[in-house]
Amino acid sequence: MDTATTHYPAAGASERVETRTLCVLVDNEPGVLARVIGLFAGRGYNIDSLTVSETEHQKHLSRITIVTRGTPMVLEQIKNQLDRLVPVHRVVDLTTTGPAIARELAMVKVRGTGDQRMEALRLADAFRARVIDATTESFVFEITGASDKIESFINLMLPVGLVEVSRTGVVAIARGPEGM
Amino acid sequence: MTEMTGAEMVIEALADQGVEHIFGYPGGAVLPIYDALFQSQDRVRHILVRHEQGAVHAAEGYARSTGKVGCVLVTSGPGATNAVTGLTDALCDSIPLVVLTGQVPTHLIGNDAFQECDTVGITRPCTKYNYLVKNIADLPSALHEAFHIASSGRPGPVVVDIPKDIQFAKGAYSRPKEFQHKGYRPKVQGDPDKIKQAVEMIAAAKRPVFYTGGGVVNSGRKASELLRELVKLTGIPITSTLMGLGAFPAADPQWLGMLGMHGTWEANWAMHDCDLMICIGARFDDRITGRLDAFSPGSKKIHVDIDPSSINKNVKVDLPIVGDCANVLDQMLRLWRSKPQQIDKKALAAWWDQIGKWRAKKSLAFHNSKDIIKPQYAIQRLFELTKDRDTYITTEVGQHQMWAAQFYQFQEPNRWMTSGGLGTMGYGLPASVGVQLAHPDSLVIDIAGEASVMMTMQEISTAVQYELPVKIFILNNKYMGMVRQWQELLHGGRYSHSYSEALPDFVKLADAYHAHGIRCENPGELDDKIREMIEVKKPVIFDCVVDPAENCFPMIPSGRAHNEMLLGDAAGKIEDAVTEQGKMLV
Repeated sequence: MDTATTHYPAAGASERVETRTLCVLVDNEPGVLARVIGLFAGRGYNIDSLTVSETEHQKHLSRITIVTRGTPMVLEQIKNQLDRLVPVHRVVDLTTTGPAIARELAMVKVRGTGDQRMEALRLADAFRARVIDATTESFVFEITGASDKIESFINLMLPVGLVEVSRTGVVAIARGPEGM
Repeated sequence: MTEMTGAEMVIEALADQGVEHIFGYPGGAVLPIYDALFQSQDRVRHILVRHEQGAVHAAEGYARSTGKVGCVLVTSGPGATNAVTGLTDALCDSIPLVVLTGQVPTHLIGNDAFQECDTVGITRPCTKYNYLVKNIADLPSALHEAFHIASSGRPGPVVVDIPKDIQFAKGAYSRPKEFQHKGYRPKVQGDPDKIKQAVEMIAAAKRPVFYTGGGVVNSGRKASELLRELVKLTGIPITSTLMGLGAFPAADPQWLGMLGMHGTWEANWAMHDCDLMICIGARFDDRITGRLDAFSPGSKKIHVDIDPSSINKNVKVDLPIVGDCANVLDQMLRLWRSKPQQIDKKALAAWWDQIGKWRAKKSLAFHNSKDIIKPQYAIQRLFELTKDRDTYITTEVGQHQMWAAQFYQFQEPNRWMTSGGLGTMGYGLPASVGVQLAHPDSLVIDIAGEASVMMTMQEISTAVQYELPVKIFILNNKYMGMVRQWQELLHGGRYSHSYSEALPDFVKLADAYHAHGIRCENPGELDDKIREMIEVKKPVIFDCVVDPAENCFPMIPSGRAHNEMLLGDAAGKIEDAVTEQGKMLV
């Protein structure tokens, strides 16, 4: 549909789409994740990755890391909409507030014999992946790093005998001495 | 700290929160609370509605006409699901409500028990916040927090879901105290630097306009007073959304009328041609902006809103100010007065000249008739005959609602209760019940359409039971008028299912409900019959038979810019006015 004839926001057709990593500090209470996910689903926002875990047990606070995409206007909306949820304490955009580190952990299961096994071990060594389970015909590797590093490792494992992958999704934190 | 049951805590908390009336409908999962109500009838008065949706709308009417939190009590399952429309309505229009729902006992939750539904799951997207209380120790704080969250910041509905075993369980009750919520802290004070910038922008403006909304009404009486002062002091024209009517008096010469899809010619043109738009407590809704890329292209925009997510959502603004309308207006006024700000009087006079030319268009004009009642005329007469009384108006949704907004002149805030955001047909009758309960000696009129009012007609029975003399003024055009209008303008006059067939005889219906029925078909009898309606000391259903072909103008057709309005006389050109793409829009 021609965007010029609609009075609805023009789905960012003319604006560039950016990827952002958001950290959201929330009360760890029942349903809080449903509120966050429901917000994204209900308003048509994207979730590329989402991780959550309680990080401050005394205060019952959980930290959610969300990787999302959108136009600058939509991204501002996402932050404001998150911020107004009652159990949300803080929303920080790690992509724009300064240098930040983002990491992911993956477990990669590879099956094979003979040369394939040797190749798998050599590649794992190059990527500093650890063997955390082994049988005579398989390995499970644990690898930590930026998402693209994990992506390349998985791609390399494909011809070697990749069986399955389990990934945590991105967790992120700002560099330097300050907390969020 | 006194030991009591959960059900008793509910009554105790309601009383502590100053609740005098609660609207509800009993059922299995709330029987303990109803039992507690029975035993303490002097503390909180319960109003039995006929459908849970009616309970929520009645609470909305109560809340909007008083500024207090409206309260509802319903049972689990269908009780809760029936309340969902009202909850969504209250969320869209930012109405403070606390809705208590019964739930099956905790050990049955998740078992598909009788009358079980996932109330917190269903109501999560249609409430500001909700609770499922699974431990008696959490009940007092949940109840008190619910009132705090509902009424502070941008108001909204809060659900507290209470399983039946929690209602029976005993625990220690604690009174509400000034507490700081763990994380929820709405920002109410405007940033002083931005206030300063705003005042400078207003002083420098040549063609400014105030665009105000429901946020001013929600902010309380004080906000309306401050708004009036600022508008007077600056001499700037003012328009308002449907939700904001009454915050500024319609009788004032600086008032341009309502803006938006059915707003006046002068209001929409002033918005389009202004060089500074001062938006206070409104949200650039699609009914206001028309086609976004053509919305007020040459203006700087100031946006005052308590909800940061309303800012830069649809329209990029130049100066966002997050804060409560009353606080921000107060800050602006103080600064304006502290140093003699001079607005460019010459430029403002030229701007008013231009506005005068737009006003001369008389965009609300209609051809009156001696033979048939024109709906606009009916509202005009209703206004003339009730304006000197202490009157509250509610509406249903559709043409009659827009005509009421255009032709009933609101002078005060909290006098106009209408479903703006959600557009809920069936809102007006139950809302009028809530308003009348809060203002027993006032004149409460639901300006209705015959189709809308049929959706919640059963609430007339509530009005009769509690001797609430609400007046249901039905503009009966035998059509879902707004649907018919769009079908005429956008769908080649194919009136698909918009004709109100098999209508009841509203006078007999009134009789059947032990209310008073009046029918008026002749313009000459209208005044006398309206007077009769006002004089009768019981609920009245007034069947005002109006011209079925009348359309509501001005109208910004879908997909058009906000200055491309259709006027009544332009009816012949309507076919060209709406593009194919425009038909896709609601």
